[in-house]
Amino acid sequence: MKKWLGIGLTAAAFAAAVLAPWLAPHDPLAADFVQSLRPPGTPGHPLGTDQLGRDLLARVLYGARLALFIGTCTVLITAMVGGLLGLVAGFVERWPAAVLMRIADVQLSFPFILLAMTINAIVGLGLRNIILSLSAAGWVVYARVVRGEVLSVKQRDYVQAAAALGTGRARLLFRHVLPNVAPSIIVVASLQFSAFIVAEAAISFLGFGVQPPTPAWGSMLSESRDFLYFAWWLAAFPGAALALTALGVNLLGDWLRDTLDPKLRV
Amino acid sequence: MRAYVLSRVVQTALVVFLSLTAVFAMMRLSGDPVLLFMPMDIQAKDVNEFRERLGFNDPLPVQYWHFVTGALRGDFGESLRYKQDALGLVLERLPATLLLAGASLLLTVGIALPLGVVSAVRRNSLLDHVGTVATVLGQATPGFWLGLMLIFLFSVKLRWLPTGGTGSVAHLVMPAIVLAAFFSARIARLTRSAVLDVLGEEYILTARAKGLGEGRVVGKHTLRNSAIPIVTLAGLEAGQLLGGAVITETIFAWPGLGRLTVQALLNRDFPVVLAAVFLISVMYTLTNLLVDLLYGWLDPRVRLR
Repeated sequence: MKKWLGIGLTAAAFAAAVLAPWLAPHDPLAADFVQSLRPPGTPGHPLGTDQLGRDLLARVLYGARLALFIGTCTVLITAMVGGLLGLVAGFVERWPAAVLMRIADVQLSFPFILLAMTINAIVGLGLRNIILSLSAAGWVVYARVVRGEVLSVKQRDYVQAAAALGTGRARLLFRHVLPNVAPSIIVVASLQFSAFIVAEAAISFLGFGVQPPTPAWGSMLSESRDFLYFAWWLAAFPGAALALTALGVNLLGDWLRDTLDPKLRV
Repeated sequence: MRAYVLSRVVQTALVVFLSLTAVFAMMRLSGDPVLLFMPMDIQAKDVNEFRERLGFNDPLPVQYWHFVTGALRGDFGESLRYKQDALGLVLERLPATLLLAGASLLLTVGIALPLGVVSAVRRNSLLDHVGTVATVLGQATPGFWLGLMLIFLFSVKLRWLPTGGTGSVAHLVMPAIVLAAFFSARIARLTRSAVLDVLGEEYILTARAKGLGEGRVVGKHTLRNSAIPIVTLAGLEAGQLLGGAVITETIFAWPGLGRLTVQALLNRDFPVVLAAVFLISVMYTLTNLLVDLLYGWLDPRVRLR
């Protein structure tokens, strides 16, 4: 149940993202003031329209595109950077590793969203900066989990045996240790993915992320607040899309954890 | 026990010091920090004077020294917007946030803990299944969306609760629920799995075998032993609770630390931002110090390490 619901919802979100230009009935940016604030079910606008008469279905679909693009980029960057740092920190165990893990501790004492938002406010807004600030705030989890795994994996007999046979350190790390910590990286990545999507929406909601008129779920929800009294659909659908995507990815991550790495609790 | 407490306190002091350094480093991200500390309407020729006055012409180690000594005295500079002491402004908002966080914590302890325990004890019952679905949904629902939907239901449709602001218990209800939702879902799930772990232990079998009632088995033998992972998670999530306060306070116009921080960021009022970010990190670190000290009380073995 968990598995299929997770795979189904995630696949649906990715399908919506990739196929948005073909699925959307209208241009998500095309305003039509005659048709503004129409309720769901209006002919031609299945989910209704917003205050500028833009089609809500099209905006939600394009929102999926943006959310999943940001989520994917951020997960790839943090998995590579955090994974590599964790790998090296667990393997080397000299003072740079200790320094790195203290930095991780300190960074964890700042709430994730606040940190990403502050970085955005300082370095400037825009798509690239959101991905970078989310990555800067998110690498810590991988570094910690991977380091812990490496510390235990490198004590195993097969690693010790390979080292005794004279295998070089780089080869040891990437051939013998990395494949055995890869499942943890995959599990953390899937659980972080939904965290990044929700964080991006929250940051855009507060006005430090993707700026209007670009259709992002967070900024759509933020705009919907002014119309909550007479246009509930503006808040309901983008939020539902976000929650269902997060739900799907969470379930997928849970299932991956149960299958790949039952010990891991993130 | 004394050595244990002392070593934790020293570690906490170190993290607080390092987080000050991090706040200092964050200001340099933009390249030229003077741009963050200038009023918007300043003339180009005044920029250099401003730079000199704020000490941005000094060598970096000197600037760092001034920043750290200033911060330790509670001096983060003056708010650019309100022309008041930045830390004072932040501290003024602290009680509202603590009230909100306290109410959410109370909700979490009152709902999530019993739900998790009962789900584990009555495994596969209807309540367990309903609880699992509720926690999975609770974890996936973004707080700001839940907030909007609650406002729509309770303020717009039913007209039971105010949409935002402060002043009465009614104002506190929705923000506390929104802030507690995500937190409760995590805690309920972890409580369930922690209690299940302990219920499988041999000493529980022994306790049952010697004829103890179920109430004592669960209440005395199980709960205390499953408390460690729960308290750990609660401490680690405290930071996210404070992060969640940023969003919740903004939706419900709750005059706390989170809303002040967002407004300061929007106004580019960086002395206030730095003071707030620093205070939040100190609060988080202190919470985890408290968690570490709780371990010592919950599990006497920890004290010896």
